[in-house]
Amino acid sequence: MSDHTPGSMRTPLSRVRHLGSARAGTRHFWHQRLTSVANIPLSIAVVVIIMGLLGRNHAAVVQILGSMLVAITMLLFIVTSVYHMWLGMQVVIEDYVHDELTKFVTLMANTFFSFAVGFAAIFAILKLSFGL
Amino acid sequence: MVEAKTSGMKDRPLSPHLQIYRPTLTMMMSIVHRITGVALYFGMLLLVWWLIAAAAGPNAYASVQWFMETLLGRLILFGYTWALIHHMLGGIRHLVWDMGYGFGPAEREWLTVATLAGSIGLTIVLWFVGYLAMGGIR
Repeated sequence: MSDHTPGSMRTPLSRVRHLGSARAGTRHFWHQRLTSVANIPLSIAVVVIIMGLLGRNHAAVVQILGSMLVAITMLLFIVTSVYHMWLGMQVVIEDYVHDELTKFVTLMANTFFSFAVGFAAIFAILKLSFGL
Repeated sequence: MVEAKTSGMKDRPLSPHLQIYRPTLTMMMSIVHRITGVALYFGMLLLVWWLIAAAAGPNAYASVQWFMETLLGRLILFGYTWALIHHMLGGIRHLVWDMGYGFGPAEREWLTVATLAGSIGLTIVLWFVGYLAMGGIR
């Protein structure tokens, strides 16, 4: 209790948990960095894959995108980059949208957009792999 | 109470925002990092369109290929390439800063110039290689 600042409204337990007023601690910051590090090799790999597909016909593109190594790389890229852009857009909205209702709606739209885009891409890659 | 609160709000000093400061390269690149991030957010739609078209069949894929070969498609793709590389190099720069390095006056300027030069250079190299792979401009 000796480190309890006089006048502070924070309980000793909340200080121990280090989660701050948002109850989430540095998780958002850390996940943004974690996905950014993952995205360095993954986006280089995806650029290489796309360069290799330039000028090829549909059948060849389907065969290459559906092959195991390429499909897994594409899936990892989609998951990490969609999560990364979801977190990033959240910060942008929180920085510039100050009206409570608009902020609430745009944050919700950000989540919906990210999930929709992510699942559409994942479904397409799986369909290319399994040929359903 | 209400009066006191509103008059108090008016008298409060505002923290200076962007327009107060002289623009610097690091500041501009910080803004560009965010702009490219937002562009890539919506650019993801292009990647998803391409993947879904490939999964849907030859006709859908042909329409994507047709669009990418128009001038507008090429411009969007070129911008996408640059935004991706710039955001990646800018991200690496931010990771270096996160680790606590590169904050010296010369270092931070050097890092910033390297990010810009690197992104432009790499984009041009990638497109050159891309056109070579396709056997010339088309």
